[in-house]
Amino acid sequence: MAQLIKLGAAATDSWQTLEIAEGETPETVALPTGDVIFPLAVWQARKAEIISCHKRIGLLLQPDERVEDVAADLDYFIVIAVNFPKFVDGRGYSTASLLRQRYHYQGELRAVGDVLHDQLFFYQRVGFDSYALKDGKNLVHAIEAGFKPFSDAYQTSTTQPQPHFRRRA
Amino acid sequence: MYKYDAIDRQLINERVDQFRDQVRRWKAGELSDDEFRPLRLQNGLYIQRHAPMFRIAVPYAMLSSAQLRRLGEVASKYDRGYGHFTTRHNLQLNWPKIEDVPEILAELAEVEMHAIQTSGNCLRNITTDQFAGVAADEVIDPRPLAEILRQWTTFHPEFAFLPRKFKIAISGTQEDRAVTWFHDIGLQLHVQNGETGFRVIVGGGLGRTPIRGQVVREFLPWQHILTYCEAILRVYNRQGRRDNAYKARIKILVQALGVEAFAQLVEDEWAHGKDGPATITQAEFDRVAAHFTAPAYSAESVSNAALEAQLTANKAFSQWVARSTHPHKVPGYTAVTLSLKKPGIAPGDITSEQMATVADLADQYSFGELRISHEQNIILADVKLTDLHALWQKAKAAGLATPNTGLLTGIICCPGGDFCDLANAKSIPIAKAIQARFDDLDYLFDIGEIDLNISGCMNACGHHHVGHIGVLGVDKNDSEFYQVTLGGRQGNDAKLGKVIGPSFAADEMPDVVDKIIKVYIESRHADERFLDTFDRIGIDPFKNRVYEGRAHGKAKAAQKEAA
Repeated sequence: MAQLIKLGAAATDSWQTLEIAEGETPETVALPTGDVIFPLAVWQARKAEIISCHKRIGLLLQPDERVEDVAADLDYFIVIAVNFPKFVDGRGYSTASLLRQRYHYQGELRAVGDVLHDQLFFYQRVGFDSYALKDGKNLVHAIEAGFKPFSDAYQTSTTQPQPHFRRRA
Repeated sequence: MYKYDAIDRQLINERVDQFRDQVRRWKAGELSDDEFRPLRLQNGLYIQRHAPMFRIAVPYAMLSSAQLRRLGEVASKYDRGYGHFTTRHNLQLNWPKIEDVPEILAELAEVEMHAIQTSGNCLRNITTDQFAGVAADEVIDPRPLAEILRQWTTFHPEFAFLPRKFKIAISGTQEDRAVTWFHDIGLQLHVQNGETGFRVIVGGGLGRTPIRGQVVREFLPWQHILTYCEAILRVYNRQGRRDNAYKARIKILVQALGVEAFAQLVEDEWAHGKDGPATITQAEFDRVAAHFTAPAYSAESVSNAALEAQLTANKAFSQWVARSTHPHKVPGYTAVTLSLKKPGIAPGDITSEQMATVADLADQYSFGELRISHEQNIILADVKLTDLHALWQKAKAAGLATPNTGLLTGIICCPGGDFCDLANAKSIPIAKAIQARFDDLDYLFDIGEIDLNISGCMNACGHHHVGHIGVLGVDKNDSEFYQVTLGGRQGNDAKLGKVIGPSFAADEMPDVVDKIIKVYIESRHADERFLDTFDRIGIDPFKNRVYEGRAHGKAKAAQKEAA
């Protein structure tokens, strides 16, 4: 189990992520009840069914899945989880930037997968606001130091739409 | 040159603390080797053949004398008293201890230096022309925009984990000296209808798959460079290949999509960011440009009579002046190259004592500033013509006045198999053997302008593809061999050299180069440089001479069979 960080503190996770086991397909997999994060393929195949039986809906995006393909549906989601299968795969940073900056997604945006201390600062800047820190990692130190290695930044980002040069006194 | 203000200083100090904590966690086992690797690489730290290798950034080639002095101190305190200048505006230390690197970073931070993003799959150091700001053929000084780009690349949150490394070069002169056609992004400043902007070239690169970049936009007003680069990088970050490190550079993506389709994706992406807050303001440009104003050049009228007399009287001095000075935009001044290509010394290497000497020379003769060239030499950019003779004598005493810049023995060379884990073959001994063979200065001058570039592997740190003569170390059945290319070149007509034929053993290389040079000497017309002759007569005469009497092709196969 990953360790969830939210609002700068350890949090309990009410969400389960639907996994498609071998032999199942997005069309046939049984939809669990409760707070569920659905893979994009399941959402696309079973949208009407999911909406009819779930009040709180989550979505899981893989690195190669395009924000554009789900842009019209964003209002349905309470949480969008962006998977980082390996922390060196940086596609999810663009996914998050697009969700927040271009499509103005307002719900919870969660980094999941190979989520580590030293990427938290970048995750936060592109717009993530919850983080499933990898199991076995030091949660206390991550919360205390991971989000503020730097006190400011040069570039624009989701959390700082103005570059530093426009904020000079 | 650019001086840090509060935020610049704060960020590099925080970087030191961050890395110190990362090293601590790695030592404590909280970070695995795999987790630590990209973090240390983004601080310039490799684990190499003998020891770690540590790469310090020299952004767009500029150093103050205080910075060079500090580099010398760091090299003697934490290493073996020397450093190596690379082809991309970095200084490498070959033997530091990992545990010392946070301390080294702290000492560098005191003089506004760092190792941020000098390696790893991220936005790397911005490079430019070593004569920026003083070159007679300069259209626009690229340094203010290079600094603005440096800040933009630093800790960019979206592009810290790209498919592969990403290198940007920027040039503002008529003759391109920044190899802009062979970078991930090459930016050429030029003026169109009275407006300053960039020609944007994408997808060039040397390495395993050498490709000349292609123009994605002929003219981009300078204010838009950050938003436009964001668009390029976002397209690359999302669509660049991540399944195969050898196919992950942006050049492969541009080739796969075609340049028109790629350019269209960039334009579509840019439409969202264009004119947004990251558009550079005139106030910001002016703030940064104010750091790059001309120094207080002497206005006294200069008589060249004394210099002329010294040149006539002293052949060694006049040879050095011929090879080591570059036209300056201010009358009475010249830009001087101090050669780090003394025969017998690894090209680009410099001792701590030499760094201290050069710092003193910069203080005395060049307003306390200096540059590093991608040819791995040091430039004092603002030297009075009347000081040349005194400077020459001091540089000579320090072993920094070999008059071979631009000549056959002014070799560009990577560290190669002596130091580097990636190398297939050694490169420094090849450079030394060629330098030893061509030790007659009069003959070198007679041969004239020629770029000889050596890389120890196909990653091409020695830029062998763009050498007039290129030498590439290859591995054949666990032995080191060398493949030779001819006709490559940098500049506006940059192109890749052609492979001459089968590769050679190390001990054959001085003879091979000798034969190539002899063909040129015998075939040249008056005033033809090596490249001109090569372009006129083609590769065959060189090939025929080099392989004369050697079995190759079918004959070689038959010989092998017989054996």
